[in-house]
Amino acid sequence: EDSTSLKQEKENQELGKAGPPWEEKTATSSQYPEPEFSEPSEAEQGLETGRQPRSSPPQSPQSSVSPSLGDAKGPGPSTSPSPLQEPSPPRTPLALATQDLGSPLQSARTASVTPETGTLHSDLLEQPFDKRESILHHAGPSEANTSQRSQQPTFQPCGSRDVSCSNSKQKELRFDVFQEEDSNGNYDLDQPASGASEAAPSELETAIQNAKAYLQKTSSKSGLNLYDHLSNMLTKILNERPENAVDIIENISQDVKMVHFRKKLDTLQDEKEMLPTYEIAEKQKALFLQGHLEGVDQELEDEIAENSLPNIMESAFYFEQAGAGLGTDETYRIFLALKQLTDTHPIQKCRFWGKILGLEMNYIVAEVEFRDGEDEEEVEEEDVTEDRNNGESEEDEDEEDDLPKSFYKAPQAIPKEESRAGANKYVYFVCNEPGRPWVKLPSVLPAQIIIARKIKKFFTGRLDAPIISYPPFPGNESNYLRAQIARISAGTHISPLGFYQFGEEEGEEEEEVEGGRDSFEENPEFEGIPVIDLVESLSNWVHHVQHILPQGRCNWFNPMQKNEEEEEEEDEDKEEEKGEEPEDIEQEVGPPLLTPISEDLEIQNMPPWTTRLSSTLVPQYAIAVLRSNRWPGAYAFSNGKKFENLYIGWGHKYSPNNYTPPVPPPVYQEYPSGPEITEMDDPSVEEEQAFRAAQESVALEAEENEETEEDEEEDDDD
Amino acid sequence: MDSEGLLLSLELASGSGQGLSPDRRASLLTSLMLVKRDYRYDRVLFWGRILGLVSDYYIAQGLNEDQLAPRNTLYSLNCTEWSLLPPATEEMMTQISVVKGRFMGDPSHEYEHTELQKVNEGEKAFEEEVVVQVKEEIRLVSIIDQIDKAVAVIPRGALFKTPFGPTHVNRTFEGLSLSEAKKLSSYFHFREPIELKNKTLLEKADLDPSLDFMDSLEYDIPKGSWSIQMERGNALVVLRSLLWPGLTFYHAPRTRNYGYIYVGTGEKNIDLPFML
Repeated sequence: EDSTSLKQEKENQELGKAGPPWEEKTATSSQYPEPEFSEPSEAEQGLETGRQPRSSPPQSPQSSVSPSLGDAKGPGPSTSPSPLQEPSPPRTPLALATQDLGSPLQSARTASVTPETGTLHSDLLEQPFDKRESILHHAGPSEANTSQRSQQPTFQPCGSRDVSCSNSKQKELRFDVFQEEDSNGNYDLDQPASGASEAAPSELETAIQNAKAYLQKTSSKSGLNLYDHLSNMLTKILNERPENAVDIIENISQDVKMVHFRKKLDTLQDEKEMLPTYEIAEKQKALFLQGHLEGVDQELEDEIAENSLPNIMESAFYFEQAGAGLGTDETYRIFLALKQLTDTHPIQKCRFWGKILGLEMNYIVAEVEFRDGEDEEEVEEEDVTEDRNNGESEEDEDEEDDLPKSFYKAPQAIPKEESRAGANKYVYFVCNEPGRPWVKLPSVLPAQIIIARKIKKFFTGRLDAPIISYPPFPGNESNYLRAQIARISAGTHISPLGFYQFGEEEGEEEEEVEGGRDSFEENPEFEGIPVIDLVESLSNWVHHVQHILPQGRCNWFNPMQKNEEEEEEEDEDKEEEKGEEPEDIEQEVGPPLLTPISEDLEIQNMPPWTTRLSSTLVPQYAIAVLRSNRWPGAYAFSNGKKFENLYIGWGHKYSPNNYTPPVPPPVYQEYPSGPEITEMDDPSVEEEQAFRAAQESVALEAEENEETEEDEEEDDDD
Repeated sequence: MDSEGLLLSLELASGSGQGLSPDRRASLLTSLMLVKRDYRYDRVLFWGRILGLVSDYYIAQGLNEDQLAPRNTLYSLNCTEWSLLPPATEEMMTQISVVKGRFMGDPSHEYEHTELQKVNEGEKAFEEEVVVQVKEEIRLVSIIDQIDKAVAVIPRGALFKTPFGPTHVNRTFEGLSLSEAKKLSSYFHFREPIELKNKTLLEKADLDPSLDFMDSLEYDIPKGSWSIQMERGNALVVLRSLLWPGLTFYHAPRTRNYGYIYVGTGEKNIDLPFML
């Protein structure tokens, strides 16, 4: 009941707009000659049936009626609701009849009402066709009614047998002439017809509600809704009463719409929305324009000579053969973006490292090596960290307290490697999309690598996003990204055997450092390796990036050794440490540089690399393709002479087992119970008495010796 | 992705680094056409590629008139000769649940798995080691089925339900608008609805029965199992499944270009909650 009342309220509101036309129409109906009437009614009927299944047929006319009735006559509104609540069909016509008779103004309508209700009932009872007609003839003396009736029989047989459908048709017929009666009668009829069970009407109602809500949905384009549009159209038709309205219904619809779109004289103008599409296009346009910026030819020649830009399109072509890599246009944009990078920074060597996928945005990573002018920022960073350390140590010294201090010292921080060495050999720039500014990643700390090995997180695409993990990650996403890049590089950057060789001059210097030589140079005498050999044997491929030790560095750093050096500066603290720390830490050793990948560790009986020939159909021009199984997304190709590495993926290591969070650290053991912790019992009376007795005896002895040792006696008494 | 517009689709999906080499592309264009003719499919989809250790499986699917009907799946190792896979069953799912690790790339490869089974002989109960052998083909079938049921995606409005029941491709689909393309609720699972029946009447009220007859991605569990990105300056929307990493769905808003491709190892990412 709530729903129906709500509905009614709603409809009353909605049809408040539509109300006036109906009212007007009812007024006109009595004035206009009857024969004219049939035509508009037909047109409207066509319209209405179209609208029928979606809109709520019984209610809309009814609610429109109540205000109109209110104007027309006193008892109308009060009597009309009563049949709504009382479902008994036989009473309605009577009530209606009396009601209508009461109002002399509407005598014409009453005449037509009775026959219609009669037809409806006859429908329900499935009376023979003739009989129904005869009833109609009997009841309808006016011309208008007969004309309607003559339509009705033709309609019903050809229309669907559905009761509700025929009901609606009848209702419409009445609808144009006399809205108020029809609505009442129809509602009553709906209930016995469609609502034999209780559940059915509620479903129907919700369907009607949904349909109506749908009709009233405002279009995002024009701001109109179909419901208003239809009612406006009908208003217009009924106002203007055109001939053959059904034929020009489309034009009417158009006219009604046009009224809305007439230019409103408004001085305010909407500003067109700036789509992000245009924004990025504007930025990328700069990439394509940058070539024109440099004017002088000679400069160009010089630049071409010492070009640090890699030929990305060539390697992209080979990677495409391998079935990896990005689309052509994206690669070209990256190419241009790298050109922008090399033009604006003192870069000696540049390489497209790959792409790391993120949740919101992706990272395009460029690997660069600076010329002699190293970045100034890094120096500053180091200073800052040193300052911090000093500050902490000073604080420790300042504290003057007798209570024991915490003996716990954080495990010694392993210093990061110098730039241009180890894991910090290269500098990495990232950007989210070609055309956006490049951001330099900070250099990596060993602690970050160690923690990064223990966690597995998706990248968000925002460099300043925090990494929330256990164990806590020292840094934000830019540090995590840098650590993953270092790990992936160390694992998957490979070259054909012989392409690189150890530099002779540098090599001697390096040998002094423990852990082998860590620099190499291109072999000028490299003659290439047949592609077939590259595919068939993994030993023809070598790592040219240093292995990262469990310590988080590439070159072994002895924490012990460092202690001694620092001791000279800070004496007191370090001496204690020296005693505590184990003297012999075994040096971590990894595979040296330029180790063949055939010696890579297996992943649970899985080969770490998959090799393939790019084309089996044309082997003579095929290239060798390597895919890392340890780092899914890492590819390498070689055509014998050239090679390249590329990584495109999520930045995670593969493991056949699930990720397991690291175990919590061991609980620190309490101090063992010993003589320092335990105390003796309080001295008992016996003990004290014994003690006194002993003292007395000593005193006696002392007295005996008094004569000989006078000086000592005084002390004893105290 | 549709086999007809394969080249454009591959270009659109290339943002994840999952491409096909030119010779594979060419042979797919040829052989899928023949598959369509020989098996009399209405539509052939290139489903993707499962990376094996030795070789890769290329997967295609044949659709008949009803788009939501069970699909036929074919695989090929060389993109030229295609073989039909049997339909997946529940039994297969339980069988392969014990198998872990990567695919080998050899359909006749057998995974061995030993498990302890209790054998009752009279009053004594023994624990006996039984070696269960699972063929890789079986695993392939059920993995494809799992991926299809979990993460196959289609934009809202691309399919419509006819009054007679079957689901057809909507020819009047003109692509999602930009604002719609950014919402997960505009994308549906390309399968028979499961969750839809559990919805309340209130939620159902706003649904269009001819369009909203599939489950939307919005309520996928766990929340955040999709990454939705606008690429190429909003000219392309890319959905990546995080639950089955490797599945990429692309759609160029306001065009009819949409599709999905799976290129990956065929393993579910059960570490997802740790990684978000």
